[in-house]
Amino acid sequence: MPGAWTDQRVERAIGRLLRVGVVSAAALVAAGGVLYLARHGGELADYRVFRGERADLRSVRGVLSGARELAGRDVIQLGLLVLLATPVARVAFSVVAFAFERDRLYVAVTLVVLAILLWSMAGGTF
Amino acid sequence: MTIAELSAIVGIGSIAAGFLGALTGLGGGVVVVPLLTLLLGVDIHYAAGAALISVIATSSGAASAYVRDGYSNLRVGMLLEIATTLGAVAGATLAVYFAASIISVVFGVVLLASAALSFRRHEDPSELGPPDPLAARLRLDGVYPTPAGPRAYRSHRVPTASSLMFVAGLLSGLLGIGSGAVKVLALDGAMRLPFKVSTTTSNFMIGVTAAASAGVYLHRGYIDPGLAMPVMLGVLVGSIAGAGVLARVQSRVLRLVFAAVIVALGAEMIANGLRGEL
Repeated sequence: MPGAWTDQRVERAIGRLLRVGVVSAAALVAAGGVLYLARHGGELADYRVFRGERADLRSVRGVLSGARELAGRDVIQLGLLVLLATPVARVAFSVVAFAFERDRLYVAVTLVVLAILLWSMAGGTF
Repeated sequence: MTIAELSAIVGIGSIAAGFLGALTGLGGGVVVVPLLTLLLGVDIHYAAGAALISVIATSSGAASAYVRDGYSNLRVGMLLEIATTLGAVAGATLAVYFAASIISVVFGVVLLASAALSFRRHEDPSELGPPDPLAARLRLDGVYPTPAGPRAYRSHRVPTASSLMFVAGLLSGLLGIGSGAVKVLALDGAMRLPFKVSTTTSNFMIGVTAAASAGVYLHRGYIDPGLAMPVMLGVLVGSIAGAGVLARVQSRVLRLVFAAVIVALGAEMIANGLRGEL
């Protein structure tokens, strides 16, 4: 049989991990949404002109400190970061899966993809 | 309009978008962006940021089901992911420099092309041809389950597929969509993988590509939590409902109606972009 199968058990574990990631991200986003709407729901919405988000909503550290104070927008953003981490985790686990199979070529390929992902998370600047 | 009202409207609209996206197989992003920009006047950069988030949610949420079925080819996905993630970072970077009107026109054209592509006929290769030397060396051939038992398939034209995948990543980063239509074109059209293998491998790739774009978007301040919240939750609920219904209805009429909706949205995006330009 051609070797195009990774260990199905590892894949299944990854699938479960992804689902847990999505569910916890959705829970955080929903909780943050309730906090946000309770505090700001009555204010006027304005998304017509692009301004960009506050600096502290753009970095992991800023989001974490805001979320500790239960600021709605930061809790939502934390949920979005958890969601963003799910595909990254999937790629990282694939490195392990290929390593189990002693497939050096695809360990290298997957590490390249992981590096590009981490680079983009750091802002993707050249 | 207050934030609470906008959130409610965006939430309901996103449920519809996720439902439609799951039924057409085009994903939620292609419907969310026109909804936000055309109906609610949201700047396309914010709309793309929110849509990207929903793309990751649906891709990761659906992954466990696909993995269980054993169709996706992880080696093909990972190898081509080098091209899509590079394209995604490039596209997300370009989005900064492009005016909303230009992005709107490109979006419209991609919608029209996606609608056309969704009507391609899919015929799985009936017999195993000679191996493609490069694909064989990269161990991209595989086996997939059929009602008659496991069946082997071969992969072809790796460079063509990689180029198409770079374009798919570029569009994903620029427009905030999963560009599943282009990905399936690369896997099914260029590599000649069986259709089920193409769609499931594409779904895996969509989440990783969108994450690469979203990283750049987050740093540039394109991801607004107030807008992403109703979009992510709505699309997630809608796509789960859509996937449940999809197993029961497979009507050609339904696909035609949805294609018409997509074409109308695409034309409107183009017109909108051109008006903004004048």
